Amino acid sequence: MELTMLMYLIPSLLMFACGVFGFITRRNLIAILISLELMLNSVDLNFVIFNRFLFPGELEGMFFTLFSIGIAAAETALAIAIIINIFRSVKNIDVKDITKLKF
Amino acid sequence: MNYSEFFAMRMELLILAVFLIVFLFDTFASASARKATTPLAIISFGIATIAGFFCCGETVTAFAGMYETSPVISAVKCILNVGAFIVLLQAVNWIDSEDASIRRGEFFELLFVTLFGMYLMISARHFLLFIIGLESASLPLAAMVAFNKNKYESHEAAVKYIFTAVFSSAIFMMGLSFVYALSGGSLYFADIADSIRFNTNSVLLITAVAFVIAGFGFKLSLVPFHLWTADVYQGAPTSVTSYLSVISKGSAAFAFLVVLCQVFGAVYSDVWEWMMYALIILTITIGNLFAIRQRNMKRFMAFSSVSQAGYIMLGIIAANVLGMTSMIFYILVYVFSNLAVFGVIQAIENKTGLVSMDDYKGLHKSNPWLSFAMTLAVFSLAGIPPFAGFFSKILIFTAATESGDVALYVLVLVSLINTIISLFYYLLVVKAMWISPDAPVVPSFRSSCLERVALWICTFGIILLGLVSCIYGYIYCVSSQAAADGFFMNLL
Repeated sequence: MELTMLMYLIPSLLMFACGVFGFITRRNLIAILISLELMLNSVDLNFVIFNRFLFPGELEGMFFTLFSIGIAAAETALAIAIIINIFRSVKNIDVKDITKLKF
Repeated sequence: MNYSEFFAMRMELLILAVFLIVFLFDTFASASARKATTPLAIISFGIATIAGFFCCGETVTAFAGMYETSPVISAVKCILNVGAFIVLLQAVNWIDSEDASIRRGEFFELLFVTLFGMYLMISARHFLLFIIGLESASLPLAAMVAFNKNKYESHEAAVKYIFTAVFSSAIFMMGLSFVYALSGGSLYFADIADSIRFNTNSVLLITAVAFVIAGFGFKLSLVPFHLWTADVYQGAPTSVTSYLSVISKGSAAFAFLVVLCQVFGAVYSDVWEWMMYALIILTITIGNLFAIRQRNMKRFMAFSSVSQAGYIMLGIIAANVLGMTSMIFYILVYVFSNLAVFGVIQAIENKTGLVSMDDYKGLHKSNPWLSFAMTLAVFSLAGIPPFAGFFSKILIFTAATESGDVALYVLVLVSLINTIISLFYYLLVVKAMWISPDAPVVPSFRSSCLERVALWICTFGIILLGLVSCIYGYIYCVSSQAAADGFFMNLL
């Protein structure tokens, strides 16, 4: 069976939707971070798929993906550092305890 | 490779040089000498700012067209430079305090890195470079927001900031991947603009534009995407708040103009004019209405800056030379007015730790000069005639109505009504300071020398920018040159 572009795109978009859903509904900071990673990874997948199927002779999408992976890693490191700081102050990383700044 | 191409990015290299000087000094100096980091950073950045004024060369593209600089881009960078310099002057008192001084080197380094990222973002003509600039402008900012390590609020603000920043860049990059699918295999702005000109009503393109606008909306805190603003502004150290609200917002606004006009110019009237139309009305109105009920000055300024971002967007929806000029001028005036307000907030916070509007009651009795500077700045933000804010508002309204479209006249009318609402809450501050009969809460004090210098610079800016028309004339001149070079070429 031949795999078409759509068959790759659907999982990628599903992954993005799961990421957005998780970002909104999850109540744990680490789980939110994982949802964000899902979104970023689905973007990477999208770029690779479009590059492979639509522009097979070129590499621009692949390069973009490489840089995007690097950026995602930097972002995760920073977010985890901040989450650790939160954990040190409130001994918890549940969103419902992080509500001091609210009007 | 031709290394002389690096000469085109001399503004960036200046910032990089300042960064390296501060970084090396901070790393290798002995513990007692490290006190000199602050003056070193300020002096070297001051020199870079002044040198930047002489770097405004002609239009050059470098690195196979990935990077472009032109007089208008240099002008925006100079504005950002001046703003960042004022932020540095205001930050000295806080950064040399007992809590923060052990990490003072990091503050300057992170600030210079974010500034470098913003420059890349403004100058990029290829989406890879653009994303790198965008991320290096927003990720270090999260570390800066978390800078007050002993304060829980700072961490809470940082976690809110980084999650929304990453969420927005994920959405932005998703839109970008759709654009890539339509672009014919290239991420150059010019190539994308060429290839989307022929299928302007594809669903994929409309989705992509919506995603890109949403991504920028988070950065600029336009209304459906503004929910992080107040919390982050309140929790972050005040210097970082002022940096976030002025420099970060100004650079993102200009980059937004570049992306919308140069990349998506072909779908201006079909797609994004109406998206921006709705966003502007929502932003200005909701920003104003929420500002009325704030008592904390930093939250108050957060909502005020949300509605100011809406006014800045009027220059984008105009999408012509006048719009570009008035947007840059608005950013310039906004830099001075907002930094003056934050300068006063910071001076009072450093001395007494008070940030509530109720604490400003009777301030003119104890600190007349601070009240004076604050009043001028607030008048300028509200747009009262002799001050610069009035001229920037009138110019941006003129620009938005220039096309003669009735819908845009309605938009300007809504903005005008909102100016009146904004006058109400800006005057609440003035009323608390001058009219309230209560005894002053804040004791009389003399703020530090650099804070006063920063406030004087801001006050002169507020008074002079509107009256000295050669500044506006210069911005108009460079903007028309950019238009002549084809900035609005793709617009339909």
